[in-house]
Amino acid sequence: MSQVISAPAATARAATPRRDIGIKRRYAAERRFRAYGLAAITFGLLFLFLLVSSVVSKGYTAFEQTMITIPVEFTESAIDKDNERATNPQKLMTANYPVVARNALAKVLGVDPNDRASMRAVGGMLSDSVRTQLRNIVVNNPSVIGTTQPVSLLAHGDIDSAYKGQIDLSVPETNRKVSDKQVGWMNQLAESGALAGHFNTGIFLNGASSRPEAAGVGVAFIGSLYMMLIVLVLSLPIGVAASIYLEEFAPKNRFTDLIEVNINNLAAVPSIVYGLLGLAVFINFAGLPRSAALVGGLVLTLMTLPTIIIATRAALKAVPPSIRAAALGLGASKMQTVFHHVLPLAMPGILTGTIIGLAHALGETAPLLLIGMVAFVADFPGSPLAPSTALPVQIYMWANEAERAFVERTSGAIIILLIFLVLMNLGAILLRRRFERRW
Amino acid sequence: MSTSLLLLLVAIIGVIGYVAGSRRASVLANGKSSNLHSRPGYYGAYVGIWATLPAILVMVVWNIAAPTYINSTVRGEFPAEVQAESAATQNLAYGMIGAIARGLNLATPEEVAAIDAGGDVRAILAGKGVPLADQPQPYMIAAAKHLNEMNATSAMLLSVAVLLVAVGGALLAYRSIAARFRARNRVESVILVSLIVASSIAIFTTVGIVFSMASEAIHFFTMVPAHEFFFGTVWDPRFAAAGSGGTSGQFGLIPLLLGTLYIGAVAMLFAVPIGLFAAIYMAEYAGSKFRSLAKPLLEVLAGIPTIVYGFFALVTVGPFFRDLSAQMAGLATGNYQSFIQAQSVLTAGFVMGIMLIPYVSSLSDDIITAVPRSLRDGSLGLGATRSETIKKVILPAALPGIVGAILMTASRAIGETMIVVLAAGVAARMQLNPFEPMTTVTVKIVNQLTGDLEFTSPQTLVAFALGITLFVITLCLNIYALFIVRKYREQYE
Repeated sequence: MSQVISAPAATARAATPRRDIGIKRRYAAERRFRAYGLAAITFGLLFLFLLVSSVVSKGYTAFEQTMITIPVEFTESAIDKDNERATNPQKLMTANYPVVARNALAKVLGVDPNDRASMRAVGGMLSDSVRTQLRNIVVNNPSVIGTTQPVSLLAHGDIDSAYKGQIDLSVPETNRKVSDKQVGWMNQLAESGALAGHFNTGIFLNGASSRPEAAGVGVAFIGSLYMMLIVLVLSLPIGVAASIYLEEFAPKNRFTDLIEVNINNLAAVPSIVYGLLGLAVFINFAGLPRSAALVGGLVLTLMTLPTIIIATRAALKAVPPSIRAAALGLGASKMQTVFHHVLPLAMPGILTGTIIGLAHALGETAPLLLIGMVAFVADFPGSPLAPSTALPVQIYMWANEAERAFVERTSGAIIILLIFLVLMNLGAILLRRRFERRW
Repeated sequence: MSTSLLLLLVAIIGVIGYVAGSRRASVLANGKSSNLHSRPGYYGAYVGIWATLPAILVMVVWNIAAPTYINSTVRGEFPAEVQAESAATQNLAYGMIGAIARGLNLATPEEVAAIDAGGDVRAILAGKGVPLADQPQPYMIAAAKHLNEMNATSAMLLSVAVLLVAVGGALLAYRSIAARFRARNRVESVILVSLIVASSIAIFTTVGIVFSMASEAIHFFTMVPAHEFFFGTVWDPRFAAAGSGGTSGQFGLIPLLLGTLYIGAVAMLFAVPIGLFAAIYMAEYAGSKFRSLAKPLLEVLAGIPTIVYGFFALVTVGPFFRDLSAQMAGLATGNYQSFIQAQSVLTAGFVMGIMLIPYVSSLSDDIITAVPRSLRDGSLGLGATRSETIKKVILPAALPGIVGAILMTASRAIGETMIVVLAAGVAARMQLNPFEPMTTVTVKIVNQLTGDLEFTSPQTLVAFALGITLFVITLCLNIYALFIVRKYREQYE
């Protein structure tokens, strides 16, 4: 019996000096787990990179605009046939400027003015906005009539795309927007130096336009600026005042509890709900005009307030109680303590939170759609009550356009928006680095 | 006097009051500031407050009360046959009187005389840039004149009253200044009241949201029965036919809700594992250098406006999925037919998932970091590997917080608008194929409220019913998240 028992015990000791506790398997699991974590972060950062690079690669060309610089003959017969501009100034406004431009281009290209099909193709190379461009030249200085002036004309959006190589020229001619003839002219003009890419100032200065080559974010930017000013002027004082009360003065009772729960919930309410609120209260009930920057600013203020209140309260909390005790001990009133000592010390944190809240408000689109800011606004809004639009809304409207050239514009506008957001956030970070105090 | 000029005058009186008050206090102090109860500035501020605050209050009350009074007076003077008409007709008439009144203010005396002599009112006013819908009736011109008179009187009375109150308040306050007068306490109590008013704005906002949406939604439910909205399975609102208040469309919430939840679920499917693993790695494995670089970069994803994600989904991700599926189908069957549409549940959910990664990761990161060191040390000391420690000790301890974070993220997913507007499609369908487009509550709110609006048609009002549904769902998710976090929070100390 004893032999039977002792035999396995002896072999066990000899074969496995250490008990198998699955250490290899467990270490493998450990490595796998770690790899999952790293993979998750990599995945997130990869998509950040993809998102930014996709927008930049599609959009950087928007900052270049193809222009055709040619001598334009402001012939009297085309603009003001019967020489009645002295008596009828309206004549100069309604003259057929596209024909003037088309004839000028045809002359440079050597196209027979009687070949109608060719002439139409020549006209198609120029933007429709040459009408206003030439009109402004003539109206501002009627003496140019009868002379020949070199003018930089906007190329048509399709020619612009073709020149930038965004149109696949290997597709059959009937399936693309530029004909072989136009491509030939384009190359001819490019060789002679008449057609070239210039820095696109229009995208910063112009308003909405149905023609991509003449569309810009200038008007939308002014609208956004109005709204940001309104948000800043309203939400900073109100938010700081609310936070001071809740953090420094409020007794612990049901009312203040209610306010606190409320603020936390408001921070999580979907932004579109604020749009509905704005529509019902500011437009329907208070009778403010639709599409106005004032309404947009008020809606964004309500949306930003919780963010600012939460940030401000955190900043006030971070000021150590010893500061308050010292001020009170020297005979300051509670109000003096807060306004003379606590608030200045919390200011960097408050401003950081405010800038981040403003950056959020700048990128917000959904509530603005509901209060009618998706309007086609081509003129600069003169006041916060005038119809205006906003940068992200302009992006939304362009994103819905089908033309290739608008994809480029949309990406360009997104780049502008992102640059602003980066600047604001950098400002916030610098502010925090520079003024933050550790107690 | 215009409102802005009046405000400016009041402000000037306030500043003068401030200076005069401080001076008087300094004089009373007689060179020794301890003679005073408060510092001189407080006496000045006391006078300033008395000069401005009551005057502004009068102005606000007047601007609310006077138009109402004038309105009812003008309506009271309508001829009997007009008063017998419906409210809508009377509103129309009143609107026209307002327009004529505006036009008369612009017209020259000769033109006014011409109108009195029975001239063509419409043509004259059109020349002033005031278009009239119809040739006005004689009583309207008389009423318009009366309206203008009353407005002028009201403006004059207002100016006088405001200036009197401002000057009077300043003088009263100035006279009450004495050495032992407790100016600081008075001023501080005014400041305290304004602080309380500021903090109740949060309450007003919530009340505003609930009331505005509820009243419009109730209006909607009088036209469309609530059960048809909440349990209807067909969304087909049709267009708002002008003038007809009838319900020609069907307003079923179910397909929209299904789409919302489906897209949200797909988004969470991407966001939760990635965000959670990222948070675990950041909190437990990453060195401080890696962490200080990767964490802010990942949080950039939360700072990018959602419209940018929407555009990314529309022009990059959607076409990529479509072409990828065409290639896959081609390799498998030889038929290059894409089975994923460019606008689909998958596209919208995937891009939204990316957007939500930082929400999950930074919330969970904080919670995981808050688990005390001793729990880790105990587990590691007993021989567990780090991943075993995380899975068996840290995650169970952090679970309530993580569930709370996930619920809050889910409420973001449900309320997200711009990504789904651009990437999910507009067709309200009930189906379960993630490769097909579906639509959400938020998309339909935007759809129903862009374009021309008539606040009487169910097609417009349904947006408010959808909005309040959305509000209630997200509110419940957030409150439940807070509740879970509070109830199951481990007490470490």
